[in-house]
Amino acid sequence: MAGESSLYRYIWRHSRSEQLTVLAVALAAQPIYFLSLTLPKLIVNGAISDNDYWAAHATRNFLHLIVDIPQSLQAWLGKQWVILSGFDLARESYLLALCISFLVLVGFTGFLKFLMNTMKGRMGERLLRRLRYELVDRVLRFPSSQLRRAKQAEIASMVKDEVEPLGGFIGDAVVWPVFLAGQALTALTFILVQNVWLGLVAGGVVAAQAMIIPRLRRPILKLGKQRQLTARQLAGRVGEIVDGGADIRVHGTSNWERAEIVRRLAKIYDIRFDIYQRKYFVKSLNNFIAQMTPFVFYLIGGYLAIKGKMDVGQLLAVIVAYKDLPGPIKELIDWDLARQDVQIKYDQVMDQFHPDDMVPPELQAPLDEVPELSGDVELKNVTAVDDAGFTLLDDVELKIALDQSTAITGGAGCGKEALGLLFARAVTVKSGSVKLGSVDLSQASDAFFGRRIAYAGPDGYFFPLTLRENLLYGLKYKPGALPKNCDHAAIDRYVAEARRAGNPDFLTDVDWLDYEALGARTPAEITDRIAEILDVVGLEYDVYQFGLQSRLDPKANPAAAERVVEARHALRARLQAENLSSLVESFDPGVYNRNASLAENLLFGASLDPELQASALPHLPHFRRVVAEEGLEGELVAMGLSIAETMIELFRDFPPDHPFFEEFSFIPAAELPAYQAIVKRAKTGGATYADRSQLSILPLRYVEARHRLGLITPQIRERLLAARRTFADTLPDDLRPRIEFYSPDHYNAAANLQDNILFGRISYGIAEAGTRVNAVMRDVLDRLDVRDVIIDAGLAYGAGAAGKRLTPAQRQKLGLARALIKNADFLVLNSVVSGLDDQQKSDIVDRVLAYRRGRGTVWVLTKDDLAPRFDRVVTFDHGRVVGDRTREAGARVAAQ
Amino acid sequence: MSVSDGPHMSILSEVDRLRRIPLFAQIDTSKLKLLAFTSERLAFEKGAVLFKQGDRGDSAYLILEGSVDVVVDSANGPVTVAHLGQNAFVGEMSLLCDMPRTAAIVATAPLDTLKIKKEQFFQLLRDMPQMALEILRELAERLNNTNKELSSAYAKLRSAGIE
Repeated sequence: MAGESSLYRYIWRHSRSEQLTVLAVALAAQPIYFLSLTLPKLIVNGAISDNDYWAAHATRNFLHLIVDIPQSLQAWLGKQWVILSGFDLARESYLLALCISFLVLVGFTGFLKFLMNTMKGRMGERLLRRLRYELVDRVLRFPSSQLRRAKQAEIASMVKDEVEPLGGFIGDAVVWPVFLAGQALTALTFILVQNVWLGLVAGGVVAAQAMIIPRLRRPILKLGKQRQLTARQLAGRVGEIVDGGADIRVHGTSNWERAEIVRRLAKIYDIRFDIYQRKYFVKSLNNFIAQMTPFVFYLIGGYLAIKGKMDVGQLLAVIVAYKDLPGPIKELIDWDLARQDVQIKYDQVMDQFHPDDMVPPELQAPLDEVPELSGDVELKNVTAVDDAGFTLLDDVELKIALDQSTAITGGAGCGKEALGLLFARAVTVKSGSVKLGSVDLSQASDAFFGRRIAYAGPDGYFFPLTLRENLLYGLKYKPGALPKNCDHAAIDRYVAEARRAGNPDFLTDVDWLDYEALGARTPAEITDRIAEILDVVGLEYDVYQFGLQSRLDPKANPAAAERVVEARHALRARLQAENLSSLVESFDPGVYNRNASLAENLLFGASLDPELQASALPHLPHFRRVVAEEGLEGELVAMGLSIAETMIELFRDFPPDHPFFEEFSFIPAAELPAYQAIVKRAKTGGATYADRSQLSILPLRYVEARHRLGLITPQIRERLLAARRTFADTLPDDLRPRIEFYSPDHYNAAANLQDNILFGRISYGIAEAGTRVNAVMRDVLDRLDVRDVIIDAGLAYGAGAAGKRLTPAQRQKLGLARALIKNADFLVLNSVVSGLDDQQKSDIVDRVLAYRRGRGTVWVLTKDDLAPRFDRVVTFDHGRVVGDRTREAGARVAAQ
Repeated sequence: MSVSDGPHMSILSEVDRLRRIPLFAQIDTSKLKLLAFTSERLAFEKGAVLFKQGDRGDSAYLILEGSVDVVVDSANGPVTVAHLGQNAFVGEMSLLCDMPRTAAIVATAPLDTLKIKKEQFFQLLRDMPQMALEILRELAERLNNTNKELSSAYAKLRSAGIE
């Protein structure tokens, strides 16, 4: 594609043989198509209605194929061509033979059409695939300055939508014009043969059409170009609205955004309307010119005929022949318009994908053997500038050893960040050279960078994958071997088709992980390794928490589930031994849990189904059935009445927007008046069915230990336990697989890991209960070696789009972990933990330095206070090195 | 009433206890009920520290059951300056003003408390002016008492000839 300015050249180069094949098939189909059109006539005339012939003959010759040559051409081509001499058949057989031939021909034409369309479609799709791949390939090779400028929604709209019409056009790029031109030429030739002058008139009109129409269409194409740009920018703006959604709300500027979008829509509308007006004007003009010809024929031909200078039959033949001319001409003109349209689309897209300084493809080729990074990293007279041309680094001379840690310090804007970004290749080196051992930075391949250098900045990007995949992302720079038990035939097909479309033959389903760099191979080793890194960056606790909140599939992982149940028992034994049992109220099938809500107590199980959550219980028919069966309704209504009275008493004087409602009230502010009326009716014995059902909902959220309204008396407790049993025993079959009841000895697949381990609720009203239970739980999990199960589950947590499900601090730690786990020879950290508090920062610096001891680590520090922990401290100011001292020298200075 | 069956006590009994605190003596039952409802019932073991001296205070505790020591740091280490029991209200100054805890509170027996959070307390005062007035009255009374004590102390000092 590089330098391929014309779409046609591009199409021809990459689909020449396919285009010619389609053309050949199309040509081959013509005579057959023609035959299938003439056969019905033969069936009627020859077999059915030609009684005179059959009265005289017993048989008729079948498959006697001759081509009659028009009289005017007989001089050159002879009177007729005999293709087959055929054989004789009786009348019925003759009819049958003709009909079967018709069927065969129709079938065959259909088949050829099918073949041709598939070939065209495939050809278009292959070329489109090639083009799209090349566009994305170019994005991957964009220089960083271009990446910063590019709007992702616009790029996406180009790659996906703007090139789409090309796919449809490519199939017709050659066949269609050849065909139409052929038809038009035949018709024109025929007219010429009949009468040279009329032929010239027809030719002249066609020529005029060909001259005028494209000229008139030029402004339309220009408008089309504008429309494409405006639509693309609209896509970009929509992307911005989504990305900046939160900030738009913060600033209350949504109406400005609306105005902005409306302006763009208005512009698109205006352009579109202009296009329509011009388009339909040209269309009617075109039709008018086409109709000019018969007008001329009738007028001049008629005049000549009247004067006896022309034969009337000849004139009719010309007029009949002419009706075949405007169709192809019109289509040809339409096709040409489509051609120019896609050419413009192609140009417009290509324009955006030709920045200067693209990364040469060879620097991105995967390497089997990546050269070692040995020696020093050396900056010689490096001057670097940013996109605007401001000097970031000014003639920097610096040698960084790969066996020690180096802190880079300095005030804001001193150039230290630029030094870090140098190794992310995100600043432009204007002069001087950067040597990575023996390799020059500007010549270093991506494979070398990926393997030997690790970089993390303050705001790394994360993919919407799991934490594990994000963490290991930096180790996927080279495809691994095919798994043994894969479908080789399918893979061969995949690879062959990829190559055909000019795509590389990389497979995503092979293992891309670099196990050597990771230093682990088995899943258990990998988890250990990840856990180690998580410890270093201080993310272990977060992942552990994610793990506790996530679910484990016991069918996929029965051993882990078993260990979790073991941990559950061990935790309970530990709490008992330490006299802490009161901190957790366990789920016991025979005991009402005072720290769980009434609904949870009735359901006594977990479900992934939204209908079967405790909060959805009032809407569950089965629940209502159980309540009726157990005669619980009266109790629930009484409890509800008591709650409603209390709520009204407590909250009636508060304004509806008071935070207390949200935090404490069982009844939302808006419903308080309605409940007041309900209570009044209930007190006077006039409660309706609806009132009673409204009241009976209230106690479902009631947690005795928390709300302390004293509603769960021993009698009610027993009734509720009975209802719990009935609920489970009479559960309809369709609900049964969707809920899992708590059972002390079984893993509950619908509950998260924390609930499975704790298997109960932390007691309300005991100081520090949560913290203390967590500490014991962690210890139990460590001792039983279940922590890796939790960490594994936590690593399956999704980071969300651009890592948005993580806090900024978690993102920074994850970015650091992702760089650290690569075990690179040279690690560059650029203000990587800027979002953390001082204590965490200092702990992480210590742990990372300990982990990287003896290996090259450069850390651009946001503040100087941590610098003394490094082997060497380099200080920048105004883009220059202004201080450089080793730990020993620093210690000496401190001693003096 | 022991700690173990403490949580069985409902907010009604908590209201009863709140009423015995002079600060709340004049306040409507329904408001005290609200205060109890929005507060957290919290049990401590013997030896547990409710808060340390110098902590930023964010809540006060009504001792429902058990007893506590009030411990102040001195040059010679911690000194127990008071011993409080049932119905004591500790840490209440932090409900009204932002200041560090002036003493530590240590449970000397299994403790059952009602923890009143500053945030909720403030919300109540903001929306219930009559309650704020009651608190004001109580504080003025305390100030008056303190003034009286102060002037009598002065008088004693003066009569002892130390001035």
